[in-house]
Amino acid sequence: MQIENRPAVIELKNLSKSFGKVKANNNISLKLYPGEILALLGENGSGKTTLMNMLSGIYQPDSGSILLNGKTVKINSPKDAIKLGIGMIHQHFKLVDVFTAEENIKLGSRGKGESISARSLVQSLNLNIDLDKKIYDMSVSEKQTVEVLKVLTRKADILVLDEPTAVLTPQEIDTLFNTLREMKKAGKSIIIITHKLEEVLAISDRVAVLHKGRLVDTVNTKEADRFSLTEMMVGRQVDLDIKRAKTIPGDVVLSVEGLTVHGNEGNVELDKISFSLRASEILGVAGIAGSGQKALCESIAGLQPVTSGSISLSGQRIDGLSPRQIIELGISMAFIPEDRLGMGLIGSMNIPDNLLLKTYRDQKGLLLKRTQARKEAEELVEQLSIVTPGLKTPVSKLSGGNVQKVLLGREINLSPKVLITAYPVRGLDIGASMTIYDMLNEQKEKGVAVLFVGEDLDVLLALCDRIMVLSSGKLSAIVENRFATKALLGMKMVGMTTDKEDEYV
Amino acid sequence: MSSRFHLYVSQRGEVSKAQEYTMRILALVAALIAGGVFLLLLGFNPFEIYATMLKGALSTAGMRQETVKLMIPLCLTSLGVTLAFKMRFWNIGAEGQICAGAIAASYFAYFHNHLPQGILLSVMAVAAIITGGLWGMLPAYFKTRFGTNETLFTLMLNYIIGFFITYLREGPWRDPQGGFAATPRFLKQARLPLVNFPGVGNVHIGWIVMFVILIWVFFYLRYTKQGYELTVVGENINTARYAGMPVKKIILRTMFLSAGICGLVGMLQVAGPDRQLTDAVANGRGFTAVSIAWLSRLSPIGIALVSFLFSVMEKGCSMMQTDFRIPASMSEILQGIILFCVLGGEFFINFRIGRTKKEA
Repeated sequence: MQIENRPAVIELKNLSKSFGKVKANNNISLKLYPGEILALLGENGSGKTTLMNMLSGIYQPDSGSILLNGKTVKINSPKDAIKLGIGMIHQHFKLVDVFTAEENIKLGSRGKGESISARSLVQSLNLNIDLDKKIYDMSVSEKQTVEVLKVLTRKADILVLDEPTAVLTPQEIDTLFNTLREMKKAGKSIIIITHKLEEVLAISDRVAVLHKGRLVDTVNTKEADRFSLTEMMVGRQVDLDIKRAKTIPGDVVLSVEGLTVHGNEGNVELDKISFSLRASEILGVAGIAGSGQKALCESIAGLQPVTSGSISLSGQRIDGLSPRQIIELGISMAFIPEDRLGMGLIGSMNIPDNLLLKTYRDQKGLLLKRTQARKEAEELVEQLSIVTPGLKTPVSKLSGGNVQKVLLGREINLSPKVLITAYPVRGLDIGASMTIYDMLNEQKEKGVAVLFVGEDLDVLLALCDRIMVLSSGKLSAIVENRFATKALLGMKMVGMTTDKEDEYV
Repeated sequence: MSSRFHLYVSQRGEVSKAQEYTMRILALVAALIAGGVFLLLLGFNPFEIYATMLKGALSTAGMRQETVKLMIPLCLTSLGVTLAFKMRFWNIGAEGQICAGAIAASYFAYFHNHLPQGILLSVMAVAAIITGGLWGMLPAYFKTRFGTNETLFTLMLNYIIGFFITYLREGPWRDPQGGFAATPRFLKQARLPLVNFPGVGNVHIGWIVMFVILIWVFFYLRYTKQGYELTVVGENINTARYAGMPVKKIILRTMFLSAGICGLVGMLQVAGPDRQLTDAVANGRGFTAVSIAWLSRLSPIGIALVSFLFSVMEKGCSMMQTDFRIPASMSEILQGIILFCVLGGEFFINFRIGRTKKEA
């Protein structure tokens, strides 16, 4: 860590913040100097946004303090933050569509004379924006500029931008970076949250890297390169106590060829993905969140339309089929979606009723018979030691781990041939996570083909036989476990190519 | 530094069933008190008024018959909209669905009245259910096909069919013998027979229909596969799709049933108390039913209780009007106050309001 003698505008001292059992930020200390651009780098869930939310008054730290120009300040709300000159620009814009840019900027400033005129700012910062244009006529990047102006007119000297480039095209990113440089020249201090290395290297003066809620290090950008940053970002390899069941992979069960999927807005979510999944193996899927994992799972499960390419399950084409049609083909596929209560379970219903979701259709007649489901529920609670006050309790009242056990238990009971799991241990504590890993291994030993979408590289390395890496919707590598390292996966995740590519695949 | 009091809202943790019901009873008491204060301001003794209301609705057999006659359409319409609401499909079109059923029933009453009573009434009922149901499926179709907003769609359809009745009354179906624009009265065979309701007396057969549908809806929602499906679609449409449910079909089917029950109400009204087709056949019941369904938290048993209460209030208020010369709209004001208090009470079941001292 480098030593600086300049006075800092913002100093964060030993900040910690927990959500339940999860330590989102653990003892983080960080300085921001006047007229610099500091990049906050880290994987999803490393605690970047939490840290900045404390600075902008959305969260209050559990412990530690925030110093502004050397004085301790308490920031209780975003209003307090803006009074202190700290402005945050969120990923999701908060603008009134039918108003013009200027009206939006004036909105909420209560017409006090103290604010700086937006027009003079546009001039001094060389911004290319028409203040009389309505928001609904604007591109994403123009809207972002309005958000920036909103904060600047309220005399913010410190700007925090939460993944500002996520929604922009490459050209728009250049424009944004020019604006940031102009602001830096004008003496503003800027923090930019990102997980894209190229951007860090292009725009920042210093980089602070977070990993699992801790600050790994703060380095000068000049002294950093992509490799050193990647290593800091993904952390050192840890040996977890997860066993990998030894099996001999069987026949190909699921085969995906040239799969391309478009999102609702026509954006490419998956770009010509090809892979195959064999019986008795766990294929891991690694990638920065939003690299196409969701589209991959949902298109296989029949929940998202396929643009081109093919998906075959046990030799039968299933692309273009609805979940119902896939069930009717008689091939059992189980899917554990990432948001369990958002899809997969009904929060307000009890365990037996949730078990019925997949089997009620097989019952004869018009009536719903619950006796069997109740018996199954009792067995499931017993087998997986699900902690619940009773069978009548709605599943939303159960803890995350128990909710996951209900879902996984139900799907496994259907004896699937393919099991697709998206972040199955997200939000679960160690104990519950281990149970889930054991269940997946057990399925693999039984001959089930398992697709495991994960976020923790250590877990992926410990559990999976092969790992495929997605990067911005593209398949950047499929690596055999024995060749895989964290550094390699990390580089593949950010889309870097290595010389010895073919050897791993 | 000054210190101020701040109000804050926080979510309650676990709330027991007993606490929940206490809260609701308190809300009802609060509503009666608020209504009482309102009556006091008008210069009346609230106790006297409330007593008169109860007496006016329940004291004689004749009054009880009137109250039951008010209750039949309210209860049935509420049961109808509940099917849709359970699926989170906001059917605000019960008013129009009642009208659609009434028109279909009246068609057979006016143009096929040579049929014997039993057959004619059955045909009228079936026609009303089908027409009401199809009228309700229209917005459901557009929602599943184009994603249109059902709240607006169902609401707007009310006006179309309402004015269509006015057209029929003033145009093709106008009674040539009548002095002013009105449809002819139904012949005897197109009128509902009276059946003795124990403890109340003779009321048109609709009260039996009401109990049958009440039990049917209760059973349908709780013990049938279709009821399970529509609940899943309402709770979480993504999970329904995930489980391979035919979501569109479920939405269309449920709306047909929901609107079909409302259509049946239209038939019961024209063949029961109205004895002709008027443009007041729905008379706001489609909207009152929305309130009743919510107050009962979509429980069929609750609907029976609440629609009974609402009918007592409505009947009692007409008594109040003659005895004290208080306008009958007082009933609506009281209903509004009760609704406000009870729905407001729901907020306090889930949240609490606290006061903090905050450094500022």
